[in-house]
Amino acid sequence: MAAEKMALAKAINESLRTALDADPKVLIMGEDVGKLGGVFRVTDGLQKDFGEDRVIDTPLAESGIVGTAIGLALRGYRPVVEIQFDGFVFPAYDQIVTQLAKMHARALGKIKLPVVIRIPYGGGIGAVEHHSESPEALFAHVAGLKVVSPSNASDAYWMMQQAIQSDDPVIFFEPKRRYWDKGEVTTDAIPGPLHKAVVAREGSDLTLAAYGPMVKVCLEAAAAAQEEGKSIEVLDLRSMSPIDFDSVQASVEKTRRLVVVHEAPVFLGTGAEIAARITERCFYHLEAPVLRVGGYHAPYPPARLEEEYLPGLDRVLDAVDRSLAY
Amino acid sequence: MTVESTAARKPRRSAGTTAAKSGASTTGTKSAASKRTSAAGKKSPGVPGAPGASGPGPELVQLLTPEGERVKDATYDPYVADITPEDLRGLYRDMVLTRRFDAEATSLQRQGELGLWASLLGQEAAQIGSGRATREDDYVFPTYREHGVAWCRGVDPTNLLGMFRGVNNGGWDPNSNNFHLYTIVIGSQTLHATGYAMGVAKDGADSAVIAYFGDGASSQGDVAESFTFSAVYNAPVVFFCQNNQWAISEPTEKQTRVPLYQRAQGYGFPGVRVDGNDVLACLAVTKWALERARRGEGPTLVEAYTYRMGAHTTSDDPTKYRADEERESWEAKDPILRLRAYLEASNHADEGFFAELEAESEALGKRVREVVRAMPDPDRFAIFENVYADGHALVDEERAQFAAYQASFADEGEGK
Repeated sequence: MAAEKMALAKAINESLRTALDADPKVLIMGEDVGKLGGVFRVTDGLQKDFGEDRVIDTPLAESGIVGTAIGLALRGYRPVVEIQFDGFVFPAYDQIVTQLAKMHARALGKIKLPVVIRIPYGGGIGAVEHHSESPEALFAHVAGLKVVSPSNASDAYWMMQQAIQSDDPVIFFEPKRRYWDKGEVTTDAIPGPLHKAVVAREGSDLTLAAYGPMVKVCLEAAAAAQEEGKSIEVLDLRSMSPIDFDSVQASVEKTRRLVVVHEAPVFLGTGAEIAARITERCFYHLEAPVLRVGGYHAPYPPARLEEEYLPGLDRVLDAVDRSLAY
Repeated sequence: MTVESTAARKPRRSAGTTAAKSGASTTGTKSAASKRTSAAGKKSPGVPGAPGASGPGPELVQLLTPEGERVKDATYDPYVADITPEDLRGLYRDMVLTRRFDAEATSLQRQGELGLWASLLGQEAAQIGSGRATREDDYVFPTYREHGVAWCRGVDPTNLLGMFRGVNNGGWDPNSNNFHLYTIVIGSQTLHATGYAMGVAKDGADSAVIAYFGDGASSQGDVAESFTFSAVYNAPVVFFCQNNQWAISEPTEKQTRVPLYQRAQGYGFPGVRVDGNDVLACLAVTKWALERARRGEGPTLVEAYTYRMGAHTTSDDPTKYRADEERESWEAKDPILRLRAYLEASNHADEGFFAELEAESEALGKRVREVVRAMPDPDRFAIFENVYADGHALVDEERAQFAAYQASFADEGEGK
């Protein structure tokens, strides 16, 4: 099959379709995923084609969705569950953290929990509260979980395939404000590993590391900086657990400067972990301290203020300037 | 103190039909009866005349009285009709050995060999009756107190001690005996059981699933969600609630204003209250519920009305929150004495049987003691094992750091 241009949401839909087709044990579960096709239509048409037994509309109960998915996984199924929005995952947080993450280890490896939890996350769509958060660090902190986020349609397709095939639980954060961004998807290309970071743009003066919705912002920042004669490398991390520190290190050893960008609050976030590890690994290569750009230690603001809260082009470029000034 | 024996009770008898009889309900325990007065004196909202949450009530299914007399029950007798004297001796043996194992574990905790123990003392009939009702291909999701159910599933009891000794966090293969790992977070496993049962139904299998939980867990959202999911998907799951009257120091009145088995009605499936100290009744009712599940008739809630005679765990001090008389009143309903009385009265067991069992019991205690004391500490690298099925770069990195750190001691001649 040749390459096809499609929106990120459609790429996930195609990926789920491929998985449902390939393996009768794959199930889709969640609120409104059936007839409606999900509030973002990511599962559009799947119930029509695969039936209510494979694409399951659930009661409105997040802990129930994840808890029953654990039971189905124990029975040999591979459930892919949808949490409707980021802020709604917390009723299920207990099941994810105390049960899903630890059961494989508790059984001394004798059982596997191949559950994928899809969470549309992040801001920028003018939503009401609990619909715009970025809780990825809370999950990445928990051993036993894998946490990933695609930034483009091709990764969305392939990373979902890989997440479903993984025997570990995967928290799959979908950048909801990129759902409608189109990109080339080649469904017969052989992808790299799920947790490998990729260089989205080559550069030599500074590395911007980001994932999910912020990759596009960083690419725009790099293009703007180019006009000022600065050569910025953009690294798409793709995975927050594990983090591909080797790729970050390689880039930093080349550029000697690093700015980590994410929507989530900076405090104790993914960027803090990367800054600490890269400082350890690259102390003598660094020309400047690792800087972070992200959300504030405040509740995600009402929609009319979210442009102030979310890292935009200017805040990223400001951090680039601060780093280059050392 | 007697528990009223019941005539035939249909499991879905409506609350209205119980009203007339609730005044004649059993005396229950002294303290429980007085609590009923205070908690349910205003009558539970929406259930006029329903028995209070703390008394056993007239709906209690019972086949053996505390004195060991067999009473008839048209609904549930068929489920124990084929039981032989040998089966009865088997149930007795299970209860005695389970109690012996439990006592040994409690002693081992007191001797510092176990970090903690959750005793099942008093709940043997609920566990052995329901456990023996399961079929080999059924699947069991326990809490952390189902030592008797584990016994029925063929799990070596010493396997249960690893997590209490601190050498693992579970430690057995759930698929070996279709007996899932103990679950510490209250009520979580009821959802796992429901999901598993949904899978059983999808597979077209005719096995069933049973989830254990306590009266305290009935307050948890996960238990309510499991009721919802199992009803909506008609999942072949039996919810087996051991109402042992106390959630650590909180009595059942702090969990509910209506008898727990009546909760099922609101979800659209039957709930039955069974005498949890009557092994025969627990066996019959659980069999009935499991067979319903197998026939595709969906979930059932069984409330085994029983009593935790010991502490919640060895860390607990029940003298701070309950009276001695309460325990004494329940000792009169001891599940083991009850079956023994029946076995002796019906000449189903002789002295030789009891003597042989006593010897077997001692041998089990000795074996448990020896196995626990010989249980090795885990290899230190076990920290990093099985965190992920497919591996994880951070775990690999930290394992290597840990190894280097350990090796630094070896260089100094200190390490292993």
